[in-house]
This record gives sequence, structure tokens and C-alpha cells, in this order.
Amino acid sequence: MDLFATALPALQEAFALILQPQQIMYLMLGVLLGLSVGVFPGLGGIAGLSLVLPFMFGMDPVSGLALMVGLVAVVPTSDTFASVLMGIPGSSASQATVLDGFPMARKGEAARALSAAFASSLFGGLFGAAVLTCFILIARPLVLAFGTPEMLAITLLGLSMVAILAGRLPLKGVAAACLGLLVGTIGEAGAGGSLRMATYDIPYLIDGVKLVVVGLGIFAVPEIISLLRQDQSIARGSKLGAGWTQGVRDWFENIWLSVRCATIGVIVGVIPGLGGSVVDWIAYGHTIQTAKDKSKFGSGDVRGVVGPESSNNAKEGGGLVPTLIFGIPGSGSMAIFIGGLGLLGFNAGPQLIQNDLNVTYTVVWSLALANVFGAGLCIALSNPIARITTIRFTLLAPFLFMMIAFAAFQSRQSLGDLISLFAIGLVGIFLRRFDWSRPAFLIGFVLSNQAENFSNNAHQIASFQFRRGLEQGLNYVASPIVLGILALTVVSVVLGIRQSKMIRSEGEVVHGHKRAPLIFLLAILAYMVTAWVNAALIDLTSDKIFPLTVGTVGIVATLLLLIRMIRAPEDDPVFADREAGGEDAAAPHGLWSTLAWFGALLVLSSLLGFILALLVFLIGFFRIRGQLSWARTLLFTAAGIGGMCFLAGTLNRDFPPGLLQEFVKLPWPLK
Amino acid sequence: MFNKKTALAASMALACAMSGAAASALDLSGETVEFVIPFSETGGSAKWANFYAPLLSEALPGKPTVVVKYMPGAGSTKGANWFQDQSYEDTEGKVIFGSSGSTQFPYLLEDPRVKYEYADWNVVLASGTGGVAFLPPDLAGKMDGLDATGLQGTDFIWGSQGATRLDLVPLLAWQMLGMSVEPVFGIKGRGDGRLMFERGEANIDYQTSAAYLDNVVPLVEAGQAVPMMTWGALDENGNIVRDPTFPDIPSFKEVCEATPACETSGDAWEAWKAFFIAGFPAQKMIFLPKGAPQDAIDTYTKAFNDVIARPDFKELSEATLGDYPQMTGAPAKVMLDLGTKVPASAKAFVKTWLHDAYGVSLN
Repeated sequence: MDLFATALPALQEAFALILQPQQIMYLMLGVLLGLSVGVFPGLGGIAGLSLVLPFMFGMDPVSGLALMVGLVAVVPTSDTFASVLMGIPGSSASQATVLDGFPMARKGEAARALSAAFASSLFGGLFGAAVLTCFILIARPLVLAFGTPEMLAITLLGLSMVAILAGRLPLKGVAAACLGLLVGTIGEAGAGGSLRMATYDIPYLIDGVKLVVVGLGIFAVPEIISLLRQDQSIARGSKLGAGWTQGVRDWFENIWLSVRCATIGVIVGVIPGLGGSVVDWIAYGHTIQTAKDKSKFGSGDVRGVVGPESSNNAKEGGGLVPTLIFGIPGSGSMAIFIGGLGLLGFNAGPQLIQNDLNVTYTVVWSLALANVFGAGLCIALSNPIARITTIRFTLLAPFLFMMIAFAAFQSRQSLGDLISLFAIGLVGIFLRRFDWSRPAFLIGFVLSNQAENFSNNAHQIASFQFRRGLEQGLNYVASPIVLGILALTVVSVVLGIRQSKMIRSEGEVVHGHKRAPLIFLLAILAYMVTAWVNAALIDLTSDKIFPLTVGTVGIVATLLLLIRMIRAPEDDPVFADREAGGEDAAAPHGLWSTLAWFGALLVLSSLLGFILALLVFLIGFFRIRGQLSWARTLLFTAAGIGGMCFLAGTLNRDFPPGLLQEFVKLPWPLK
Repeated sequence: MFNKKTALAASMALACAMSGAAASALDLSGETVEFVIPFSETGGSAKWANFYAPLLSEALPGKPTVVVKYMPGAGSTKGANWFQDQSYEDTEGKVIFGSSGSTQFPYLLEDPRVKYEYADWNVVLASGTGGVAFLPPDLAGKMDGLDATGLQGTDFIWGSQGATRLDLVPLLAWQMLGMSVEPVFGIKGRGDGRLMFERGEANIDYQTSAAYLDNVVPLVEAGQAVPMMTWGALDENGNIVRDPTFPDIPSFKEVCEATPACETSGDAWEAWKAFFIAGFPAQKMIFLPKGAPQDAIDTYTKAFNDVIARPDFKELSEATLGDYPQMTGAPAKVMLDLGTKVPASAKAFVKTWLHDAYGVSLN
């Protein structure tokens, strides 16, 4: 009762504060910026907030908050466009949307997928805002209840989603997840700073591979290459479908799924340190586990869109809880949000809520209103945007290559970004070709850091607590929350393994000859063994135990697969190979020649710098691969380079420089 | 191209000479000044840089746009190595660089990744900060006034970002007091460390001043934490004194003097002092690249002086910077020297200690 007595007047006051023409204008501005940033793959809330941060200083606090919240709130709404229409995660929060959203677009149901996604996003966003309203006042004990063992348990729960997404052969999923975990350990160890699979001679590797690069490489590159080889438009049918109302109905039919996933989103968001990139996977895994008919997942089941999209918008509401209450950001964009708050003259933390509850609540209102505006705008704009899927893909692909190369480069602004994008892209292509679960790989990668840090820390603190007394130690590691989450994890693994055989998270795959799948398996095994030996040579136990453990599991799984390969006949699912039949085999263009185009862009970039390379690449591609007339070639090239420069100019970003720039000083954008 | 440039530089030099020693030779109207920091958008340096950028924009001649550019990587050594390659001649006063304690520590510890040399750069601003260590009330009660001997039998556990970072200053201080503090390495930021303290997973912590004021003072008021000591501050003569932001909290030097196990002389003390200065009073500095002429340095120094002299500066800066001196000109230079020139014996002491106590080696 007390709660309402304080909250309600503050809520009303906040509503009056936000409902001024100026504030609403800033909110709209934020929404528009967020929409534009979200549409571009690889750019998310971090890029958007960094864009407005310089203008924060001296702004009226409510306007500034409206601007920032508006921007953050709609990124998970608009990033759906790229995921559904192009098969590229628009941001890390909608990676799972690709799995079912993209097949729907290819079946000509883009409109249905989008409207279901927007309806779910809207609901999730409002749900998150509602939860935030109450949580602001009561969440402190909840956040404090999540210590390191609890975080570790949640991380394990996230990893358990691998079981359901592993595909036909659970062992392959395990191996893929271990590979992802191992790739995640590359670089300086979090605890002692030892180098793993890296050397001081290659500074790029010391920081490890970044999520943006892995996300784009694992999902975007293989899809683009595959589509490009087939030389058609993304949507098979000529119509986008009149599925708008159908999509909303789909959402409404799955309203309880939406509620559950939004709840997952809020909880994951509230716990600082888990990060937003897991939430969509947990929601997707949950969606499959609780569905009765699982046969269509991976080939365009609308529930696979509703689940993740409900959760990723709800996450923003949850993420604001630790941000506002503790001043501890739950994600990268929230960290910048805190910076922005500081510039507005507020400091996130307990005193913000005590002293400025009404200002805090303008955040809630901004969040709710931004979700409504954002979903409305997305629906209004989606027809023109969705028409992209009807364009011949050969004309689209070079722009996509351009975008993902630029986006990947933003992660570290080093040529190494492009090289690692290509390398990871290659891994992604083969994972897809031989039906090794790409989601499992990505989950492993995303959780690698957390899994290692939390288990190291929990182990260290637990042994400290046990030294003080058995009871204290047990209370620490076996809290009710930990036990609850662990029980959930066990259930999730058991259900997952039992059900995964029925789920093709990436569609049907035929099987072919033995040789190619065997070579890829041996390559994975070789990497795992190298990583294992490399880890074994490290002195510090804290830095080597994790890669050793994961490596051992991965090597055992791979060896078991190898034994199966030796014994099984050629038609065994272990020999899945997309090149043996189906779309990929029937494609008019070969894999290598298509990949060579992308490779050429990257090699040229390293020689001439990005923009000059792009010039050569676009002209060459449109003329030779696209067979366009010179007039159209030049027109498209100019449009591409112009758009790129405009985007980079507004975001104040540089382009990858090449060898040429070492010797000659050129003006921006050529520098 | 090269000739044109030299000619331009020569004519500019001539113009400068003719206009006398005017500090306004650098006019940045319509230009964009890039304020590069070797960190991501998320840390304290980003907050600090974004605080100064708009103010600097107003104070520089010609009111250029000042944008903060993030260049994270390799524990901030990547951005610093990049800056080492810049010269004033090429950048024409449009690139400045903000370094932090995290940039200085690898430099001091001779990290193999370091390819930069502070002596080549031209400091135009030095910002200091402080730090406060705190304890849970029951453990704070074991201290006898300033004497920390009572804490020696207790097992402490502490969330730390890594022994080669800023965290080595508190670690060394606690060890000098004879306390056994077990660091849990690998947390992502000091905020996470405080959360561990609040959850009871850790039973000792420290925060830099701004974070202490925002987030620990409420804990202290609620009786959940008790300040133990500050790291102190430097006076004009380079002596460690009480931190002016926290006049009621003793400095480590006072606690050390009152604790029999601890000595304010000798190798350990000298090493602690050197790294304390690099990490706190001289934590953040802004530089012009190598080869900057005196008038450019003067222009920037004047701009920062103007910023600091703003009547509302104190109010604006309190939340972001705390109540610490923002130094320009000669005092900034002194800070640079104090923060980047450490006796070889102190370096050797810290390296040996890091290796023996935590198995960390930097080769």
C-alpha cells in the first residue's frame, strides 16, 4: 500500500512532465534515430546512443531522457527488419528471430512475420515498462539475491538451450557449442591475463573476437553467400503477402507464450552481467520446449518469431532496473545511458530514486510511449522496406557486403575485424553446409566469457566461504535460487535432448558423400586439440582450467562423431551436406567463386582502403556478376558509396584504411 | 604533396613569427577536433571525455565541434600506440588524446604491447581523482583507531579487475598493512565489485571518489559500510595529504604510520607511492601529439583554463570529476612527470611482487 502511495503520484507527475510538446518531440526524434540505427545490421543501441551523447550536455533532463530512452527502446523493434528480410541479425538481440523469421520471408510471408514481430515487440516493451514501474521500488533485494553462484546457474541454463537447438545429432550440437566456447576464450584471460591462442605479436587477438563479428560471420555471411549463389529474390512469391492482420492474430493466439517470453526477457534484463545477447536464445529455446507441434521450427514457424521478439523488448525495461537502482549497467547500451544521465546532471543509483522519483518515472513513460510509436512506425514503414525482399538478390548483395564489412569494422576499427569476419564467415558457411548447429556455436561463444568468469569467481569465493565453515559454504553455493535454476536446467536438457530430434532449427539437410564432412570434422578436431595444448601450456590454473575442460568435452564429442563416421554408412545423418542436394547444390553459381567476391572486397580494402575498394568492387560486381548496363552500374555504385559516406559521416566513423593510406595522406572518406 | 605541406608549414611559421607571440594563431573555426580516448563508450574515461568535450568546444578559438572518438583495445595500449604515430604537423591541432591510469600502468610496468612514449607528448590538462576503501561495520570495529593491526587475522575477499590494473594500488596497500586480502580477479568494473560487497560475497572494497559519493555514501548512512581510509591526495610539494574531498577520512599514510606492521619508507612504500600517483592524482591527462608548437599548447592550455574558470564549473564537475584539482600548464607537467617517471627500483619491486603473489608476468 505504501508502495502505491509513493508510486502513483510520482507516476502522474512524470506523465505530466513527459506530455509536453517539446518532450514528445524529443521522444519522437529518439524513436526515429533508434529505428534507423536498428535497421542497419550490426549497429545497435550503443552506436545510436553514442550518436546523441555529445548533445546531451545542458539539455532539459526530461527531454534528454526521452531522447535516449526513445532510442534504446525501439532498436529491438526495428532490428527485426534485417533479421526477417535478409537473414542478418539486425542487432545481437534478434539473432534468434532469424531462425524462423527469415524462412517465413522466403516463403512470401514477410508481412506476417513482421507484424507478428512488431505486435510481440510492442507487448514485450509495454510489459517491460509495467514491470519497471514496480521494480524500481522493490527490486533492490532481488538484484542483491543474485550473487555469483546464481549468475553461474543462469549461465548454465543459457547453455542448456544448446540441447534443444543442437539439431538431429546432439553430439554435433555439443561439439559446436564447445567450439563456440573455445573461440570465446581466445585472447587475454579475464582472471590472470594469460594469452590463449594469441600472441603479443598479433595485438588484435589479445582482445579476442568480438560478438558483432561472430554474429555477422556466423549468420549473415553464409546466408548472403547462399542466396547470392541462387541469384533470385529473397521472397519466392512475388507478393509480400497480405499477412498483416494474420501476424497480429498469430501473436494474439500465442499471447501466453508472449507473456512467458516477456517475463524471461525482464528477468534476464534485471540481472546485471548477463547481457542482452542471450535473452533471445533463452526465449527461443523456451518457445520450442513448450510447443506441442515442433515440426515447423526452423522452417518458418511464427511462434519462433513471437517468442524472441517478446523477450528482447521486455529486456530493455528489465535492464533499466539495475541501471537506475545501482548504477550498474546490464549491457553496453545501458552503460552509455548512465553516461548520458551524468551529462544531464543525474547520477544513477539509490539516491536517484529516492530524490527524483518523478524524473525516474519519466523513463518509464518514455519507454512505454516509445514502444507504441516505434511499433506503429515500423508497421507504417514496413511495406516500402519489405519490398526489398522482392529485389533480385544479386543487386542487393553488394550493399549487404558493404554494410556488414563496415559494421564489423566498427567493433575494433582494425583491419583485423575484416580478416576475422572472413574467417568466422568461412566457419559459418561450413557449419551451415554440414549441419552443425550455428545457434549452438553462437550460444557457446556468447556465454564463454561469463561461464569462465563466474565459475572461476564462484569457485574462489565458495572455497573461501567453506574455509569459514561448512554451513556457510553450503548456504552460499546451494541457495534456493541456485537449486531452482539448476533444476530448471536439468529439465531443460532432458526435454531438449528428447525433443531435439524432431526439430530442424535450420531446415532439412540431405546427406552425401563421406569425404567432405569428414575433412571438416577433422579440421574442428585439429583446432580443438591445438587450443587444448595451448591452454595446457599456461602456468596459471585460473586461466587454463576453463579452456582445458571445454576442450576435453569438445574433443571427446568430436572423437565419438569420428567413430560414428568411420562405422556408419553414407546415408547416416552424420554426413549431412548441403552441397549434396537441395537448393545449394542446384544453385547456378559455385560456393568458392561467390565467396571470392567477398574476399576480393576485403583484400582490396587492405590495399586501397575501404571506400576505394568499394568503388572497384561495386563496379566490378554489378558489371560482371550482375550483368548490368554501365549507366545502372554507375548509378548503383554512386548510391552505395554515397549512402556509406553519409552513414559514416553522421556517426563520425572512419573507414578501414589500407596499405595505400600508409604512404599517401588522403582526405576523409578516403583516408 | 610533401613540398606543398612544407611550404605551408613554413609560411605558417612565418605568419606566427610576424604576428608576435599571439596565442590565437590556432583558429579552429568550422573544424572538428577529435578527442580520442583509448577506451570504449562505457567506462569512466568516456564519462570524463564527454564532460569536457562540449565545454572545450566553447572555449577553443573558433568554437570547433569537439567529438569524442573511442578507440578501445588491448587494455588501452592500442589507442595510445595509434596516438604515438600521430604528429602535430599532420593533425594540425585537430587531434587530442585522453590517457588514463590504465594507459600509464602498462607503460610503467613495461608491458610488451606498449609502443608509446609519454615524453614525446604535450600535456595540456591533468585531472586527478581519489579513492576510498571501506569495510563492513563488524570488521571496521576491529580497527583500533587508526591502527589496522586488528584486521590482520581476518580473511578478506575482494572483487578485482586484475592485478596489473589500478587495483594494484589497494592490493599493495592492504598487504603492507599485514592484511590477507584474496582478490577475485576478472570482474568487469568497480561497480560490480561494489555489488559483490553489497551482496556479502566480498568483505572489503574500494571505489574512486565519484562512485563512492554516489553509491557508497548511501550504504554508509544505512549502516552497511564504514570507510576505512582514502588513498590520499598530493599537495603542491608532492607530499601525500588527506583527500580534500573526504576531510574526515584518514589517508592510507596515516593508517600505515599507526600500524606497526606498515612502514612509510623503504621499497614497498616508494613503489606504492609511485603507482598511487600514476593511478590517482595523475589519473587522466589530455595531450597534443608530438611536435606541437608552443602556441598550440598555449591555445589549448588557455581553453582549459577558461573552462575551469567558468563560474558554474564547480557545480558541473562535482558529479563527474569530484572535488579535485584540474591542472594545466606547469602543474600539469609536474603531474605528468610524477605519473610517468617511476624509479627503476619501484618498478622492479612491483613486478616481483605481482609475479610472486599472483603469478602474473608481463612478457
